[in-house]
Amino acid sequence: MLSKRVVACLDVRDGHLAKSVKFVNTQNIGDPVEKAREYYLDGLDELVFYDITASSDKRNIMLDVVESVASQVFIPLSVGGGIRSVADATDLRLAGAEKINVNSAAVARPDLINECSEAVGDQNIVLSMDVRRVEVSSEQPSGFEIVINGGRTPTGRDALQWALEGEKRGAGELVVNSIDADGTRDGYDIPLTAAIAEAVRIPVIASGGAGLPEHLHEVLTDGKADAALVASMVHYGDYRVSGLKQYLHEQGLKIRMSW
Amino acid sequence: MTLILDYDAGNLGSVKRACSEVGLNAEFSAHPDAIIQAERIIFPGVGAAGSAMRSLRERGLDTALKTAIASGTPVLGICLGMQVSLDYSEENDTQTLGLIGGRVQRFKLNRPELKIPHMGWNEVRVKQAHPVLAGIEPGDEFYFVHGYYPSTAAPEHALAVTDYEDDFTCALGKDNYVGTQFHPEKSGRVGLRLFENFARWDGVWRPDRSSAGSGGGKNAQ
Repeated sequence: MLSKRVVACLDVRDGHLAKSVKFVNTQNIGDPVEKAREYYLDGLDELVFYDITASSDKRNIMLDVVESVASQVFIPLSVGGGIRSVADATDLRLAGAEKINVNSAAVARPDLINECSEAVGDQNIVLSMDVRRVEVSSEQPSGFEIVINGGRTPTGRDALQWALEGEKRGAGELVVNSIDADGTRDGYDIPLTAAIAEAVRIPVIASGGAGLPEHLHEVLTDGKADAALVASMVHYGDYRVSGLKQYLHEQGLKIRMSW
Repeated sequence: MTLILDYDAGNLGSVKRACSEVGLNAEFSAHPDAIIQAERIIFPGVGAAGSAMRSLRERGLDTALKTAIASGTPVLGICLGMQVSLDYSEENDTQTLGLIGGRVQRFKLNRPELKIPHMGWNEVRVKQAHPVLAGIEPGDEFYFVHGYYPSTAAPEHALAVTDYEDDFTCALGKDNYVGTQFHPEKSGRVGLRLFENFARWDGVWRPDRSSAGSGGGKNAQ
């Protein structure tokens, strides 16, 4: 039986580890390569790097970070942020990224999902979606809307429809990030995660809101997620990856406990 | 020198990085002569069986691999590199290398919550001791990403199993050939150990006649 995964997300800006609250006010909190290595040795199942570098001339810094991490961390490595073309995806793959996350650019041009999935294999393409709660309407029947540009721009797209379209276009996995919960540490958006995980046949990584070990347990059971993404709760040293896994294991979930 | 077979079958950098981490000096090559002369060969692969076999044949790598294997060179197949070592793959209806008898099949799962591809960490249970699998303990998990799995014709070739609705063979071996469905290069410490084992393996292995044939029993743990 497959284990549920604990995934850590590192936001990287200009080569430094950053953490945002509700996607604004980012602060520099350390070296991404060191953090990656620390979590790997502490039993992390998968790493996600998100490039939040604002200026495009500093984008190549990310390739160096990925290359450096890939030569020291031997677990799946997923990279996202600013990927607009197959060439961006291929560069990151060559640098050592296993999986490529597409987000805003795929909303603007959905064919990007098909193109990347054909170029690097559908199991390696992750559709990352930022979602906020809205009033149920004919445009957003699920009550969840896709937002882009780090949560600043509403798109009018229904999140559930977008998840299904992404799967059809060849995404091999989804990251469902709740903008409302992001950075709050009040817990994942369980109804959102469950609604999407039940609708698709590809794995779902829940993101946004993790603050307590109980939140991970809740989203991996009631939220039907295959993996739980954590950030600030481990970055600031409140919890260790191994401690979270031990807790989930004790709650009876199938977790990789030997590393 | 260890040769990593480079035949346009996906991103092979991670295999090379894992080799470096355990001190195994490995180089990429797609030359038939280099394959025949290599001290040991890693045969990785991500992608589809049809295009992989086409690529191997166009470069004359299929014959070179068979020659190397016949001469006793230790070979490690990973994922698709393992799958094309069997006789046939359902993926793209492909005749494959036939180094080991058997077929590669698509998962047919009954439980709707189980997804295809089988992606993530899962336990590998060793059924027959093999030098390359040395040190894998009960409970050790490896990273998998695949929609097809190997079904060996002869149970003595099945080295280890993994459960995904049912047990399937996740590592197989015959003489100087060993193959894994999982990705040791993405499987942390236990995965690196497998490369270390392979670096030291002389290519000699005989099936354990007493355990062969029991392969895959659910009560084995």
